[in-house]
Amino acid sequence: MDFNFTEEQGMVRDGLSRLVREQYGFEERRKAIASAEGWRPEVWAQLAELGILGMPFSEADGGFGGGAVDAMVIMEEFGKGLVIEPFLPTVVCAGGFLKHGGTAAQKEEHIGAIVSGAAVFAFAYAEPKGRYDYADLETTAKKDGAGYVLNGHKAVVIGAPWASHLIVTARTGGERRDRSGVSVFVLAKDTPGVTTRDYVTVDGRRASEVYFENVALGADALIGAEGEGLALIELVTDEAIAALCAEACGAMKVAHAMTVEYSRQRKQFGVPIGSFQVLQHRMVDMYTAYEQAVSLTYLATLRLGSDERTRKLAVSAAKVGVGQAARLIGQEAVQIHGGNGVTDEYAIGHYFKRLTIFDSEFGNVDHHLKRHVALS
Amino acid sequence: MNLEFTPEEQAFREEVRAFIAENYPKHLADFGMREDMAREDFVAWHKILGQKGWSVPAWPVEYGGTGWTPTQRYIWSEENARVNALMPLPFGVSMVGPVIYTFGSEEQKAKHLPGIRSGEVWWCQGYSEPGAGSDLASLKTTAVRDGDHYVINGQKTWTTLAQHADWGFFLCRTDPTAKQQEGISFILVDMKTPGVEVKPIKLLDGGYEVNETWLTDVRVPVENLVGVENKGWTYAKFLLAHERSGIAGVARSKRGVEKLREIATHETLDGQPLIKDFDFAKKVSQLEIDLAALEITELRTLAGEQAGKGPGPESSILKIKGTEIQQRLTELTLEAVGTYSAPYMGGVSNDNGSNEHPVGPDYAQHAAATYFNMRKTSIYGGSNEIQRNIITKMILGL
Repeated sequence: MDFNFTEEQGMVRDGLSRLVREQYGFEERRKAIASAEGWRPEVWAQLAELGILGMPFSEADGGFGGGAVDAMVIMEEFGKGLVIEPFLPTVVCAGGFLKHGGTAAQKEEHIGAIVSGAAVFAFAYAEPKGRYDYADLETTAKKDGAGYVLNGHKAVVIGAPWASHLIVTARTGGERRDRSGVSVFVLAKDTPGVTTRDYVTVDGRRASEVYFENVALGADALIGAEGEGLALIELVTDEAIAALCAEACGAMKVAHAMTVEYSRQRKQFGVPIGSFQVLQHRMVDMYTAYEQAVSLTYLATLRLGSDERTRKLAVSAAKVGVGQAARLIGQEAVQIHGGNGVTDEYAIGHYFKRLTIFDSEFGNVDHHLKRHVALS
Repeated sequence: MNLEFTPEEQAFREEVRAFIAENYPKHLADFGMREDMAREDFVAWHKILGQKGWSVPAWPVEYGGTGWTPTQRYIWSEENARVNALMPLPFGVSMVGPVIYTFGSEEQKAKHLPGIRSGEVWWCQGYSEPGAGSDLASLKTTAVRDGDHYVINGQKTWTTLAQHADWGFFLCRTDPTAKQQEGISFILVDMKTPGVEVKPIKLLDGGYEVNETWLTDVRVPVENLVGVENKGWTYAKFLLAHERSGIAGVARSKRGVEKLREIATHETLDGQPLIKDFDFAKKVSQLEIDLAALEITELRTLAGEQAGKGPGPESSILKIKGTEIQQRLTELTLEAVGTYSAPYMGGVSNDNGSNEHPVGPDYAQHAAATYFNMRKTSIYGGSNEIQRNIITKMILGL
């Protein structure tokens, strides 16, 4: 048993931490969100240069040989600075599908482009009526000669406005919600028949509704075996959840620290409000929830390579525990900041918003409690 | 003891329901918690009620109150909540109005009460300051006597909807040498007076409903002092107790629970309506149970008031539980809409200016913004921590 990070992981953390601190201040982030592009391509290029975008790929695939723990370290630092750039959909999700299910040709075509920063991906899995069930799909890919014709509507596709490529889940057979008959495709976003409606999200990112109308795909667009995609989706989304939990841990750590600092500075009744025991205990409860969340994030990250049941139990445990901690810490941080906590001017409200939306990504607390029950 | 309405109360319910159906402005139907409205929209119902004589039901009859019993007032708010009516704002009707008719001069009553009743005059509240929130008595804004005027200097904050206000009521320090609570006065200020400046504060949901209000050498006639100089703290506390009893929002939360159930009927989980999911339904029932308790607590409090008991610790209980329930309601709504909680479609208090149809179902459009916005409720009107301190002092005897 060993909870230490390697020297390389320490260096990645230090480098990213410096980048976020020096170049990703709150005001710079605010400006980026308000800009037409809504993100900072120059930061993306820097991440490529630092090797961050290639970290979790094997050297054989053109990466730097890291793994899930490296992704955790990276995402935690992103969480601390509320970084909006699409590392999760591009590197963790699309990268995961390519690593675990891609053909040699698909890896060849896409991984190098991800590592260099040239290709940006979004993962289109959610649907208006599907809630958190990856198999509850109305999007279809019908066999057409050697290829497929894709039709459907994907909801709230995070990072899609910035993406050059999409990973899309669709039904190639079976009935809605069947475990079999689900397939995964990779395609360029400018493929004819793909349209988007782009918008800002409440936590400062960009997303799209993505519509597919008779989109013709070649056989080489399919990732993994036709109709057998669900197990692959579950694996990759479990990896995404572990990474997302790490991001939330980073955000919670900062939210807690900001709150403690505010309670030190803010004086009422002639003393810092942090001297009131009622607030002290609440900040202790926040801290405890944070530490428990970190533990569950480690557990999930270190179990990603285990057998399916062990992996799913650990990942669901993390999504539940981190989700509960994120809600508690977000709400209490705002409350202890008083009126300032509900303003746009103070950073704490922005941490609160990110920690709120976290719960609705890849299944909320209830969803993962159910999955945990089903596997127990 | 019983919970049934008398035939007279039933008849009263029919009467007000018919009046609301007939007269409530159609374009403001099912207003919800949004505040993205023009001034005329805010006061539309208030003005209609003013003409009917129903805009200030809780006031004494001599000042324009309706003389309704607490039960009738409860029926009135329930019937309005059924259509999600946009009620008269509290700043005039439940805050400064009662202070003026209780402590004000005859001239002040004659000058200000009619405009509050009719909805013609918009009031805002100048209490909090950047350094004086929970510790309101530490406020620093000063009013210095200069002949027959006060000269006011200072900065107020969280002045809700002051961008529309004609008049404001301000707490100012008139005796800097006295003990904190003893040197404060309650002064009415015409917001058009030179030196009054209102600056918007953007909230985390993107909306604009509160302001900083700067007062620089604002000259106010001494006749705008309410009651006795340096006794303002007494009036301020009186007002806060009034504010708290209206803050529970029971009728509106009941309507909110109904809406939540509707949403959870449209949302699906495993092909079934979400409301059929035991985990979710259980949470809605828990909320309903808390709300049922609060409703009876409020009715007990009203009955006590009718029997002549002043507001006690109950008004703090109503504030704490009422706001916790309002927040929980927005939290469960957010959970119900799931994935579509993420798109930003404008704040609670302003539109995104677009005519485009919102992304996702209509009911999801403001779910996140409303959840974010409603965090304010456990902070404003005396934070819930302060309410607990009040209850501690009143009941624990420590």
